[in-house]
Amino acid sequence: MRLDPDGGPLLVDGPVEVVTEDGTTHFSHRPTVALCTCRRSARYPWCDTSHRARAPERADAPDSPEEEPR
Amino acid sequence: MTTPARSRLTRPRLPEPRGPVSAGVVEALRSGGSPVTDGAEATADPYGEDLQLALYVLYELHYQGFAGAPADDSREWDPELLALRATLEQPFLAALRADAERPASAAAALDALLVEPAGHRPGSVSHHLRRTHRLPELREYAALRSLYHLKEADPHAWMIPRLRGRAKAGLAAVEYDEFGAGRAEDVHARLYAELMAELGLDPAYGHYLDAAPAAALATVNLMSLFGLHRALRGALVGHFAAVEVTSSPGSRRLADALRKAGAGPAAVRFYEEHVEADAVHEQVVRRDVVAGLLADEPELDADVAFGVAATSLLEDRLGALLLDAWTQDRSALLPGHHADAVARPA
Repeated sequence: MRLDPDGGPLLVDGPVEVVTEDGTTHFSHRPTVALCTCRRSARYPWCDTSHRARAPERADAPDSPEEEPR
Repeated sequence: MTTPARSRLTRPRLPEPRGPVSAGVVEALRSGGSPVTDGAEATADPYGEDLQLALYVLYELHYQGFAGAPADDSREWDPELLALRATLEQPFLAALRADAERPASAAAALDALLVEPAGHRPGSVSHHLRRTHRLPELREYAALRSLYHLKEADPHAWMIPRLRGRAKAGLAAVEYDEFGAGRAEDVHARLYAELMAELGLDPAYGHYLDAAPAAALATVNLMSLFGLHRALRGALVGHFAAVEVTSSPGSRRLADALRKAGAGPAAVRFYEEHVEADAVHEQVVRRDVVAGLLADEPELDADVAFGVAATSLLEDRLGALLLDAWTQDRSALLPGHHADAVARPA
């Protein structure tokens, strides 16, 4: 088991069963599994890289209207 | 149409040439003779259609080859074709070295990729697709990316004999996952073939080669170039790390885009699998493959940084081409290969 010094996931050898707070059992058969430790993952308990630093939206590059949904 | 399970059983047809160099290569493969290019490779644009297609075809001999090319399998090591390939690789590599940014170090290059924009990022294809979620654009994107994803992780396997210890073990762990961790139905290339079938695309290996502009071919040629040269092992490690670091959040946006566009579960599954898988791969690649290689061969730091920067350069060029076409309501595929022609209406 390995901890990420930068606040990222815990790496665990798979396959693993993880029981979350609500009692749900999650299963992964990956050879290595990244467990979310920041609690921001949309795929909790698995890491989805949501722990990463966020850059502010660039004020110098406004969205072009062409990129709006059509 | 080919079924997903048979995607890699088919060999693509030789493509339509795009100039004198690619014409010489295609004709040499068709006839079994020597490549005749009249020295056109000396003046070919390193990013242009002719040179990139010629390189793509020559590299393909190391993967799956082409239909309608007699004695094709033995031509992988044809000295004349290899010599021509080398003369095409030199200007391509020189252009990449000249045009790619020069990060201070491999760590600096990767750290820059580890910062996610807080909101919509203009100029990013996955951000654009999540916002527009238009099925014709998603189909074109899937058709162009099929040139890589149907051979997903194959060029990186060439790294294995060039690495040792921690770097080798880390790479093998990631490759094992890419190749389905022992299950043929989970091989990532197979999942991609299923995505293509669900989007009404033909999942036959190499089917969209004629539709792919040079900017798309260059992203695949980069991996083949780095993978086939031991001297470029540091660059391939940098490329691999760049792909794995950017893949997870990008895949999440593409899964969202496909879901919003109403694409079926097999299409969404490919990208959802990559959200989780590449969150793991990113960690293993940075901690074991990159750090392991640089512990053994610290002099390769600049090459790893170059691999990261060259990947960003070519991805940005492809992204600019795609967004330029789509925001003007044009197809990003080469003329004669409009999305309506490559994909059935949903």
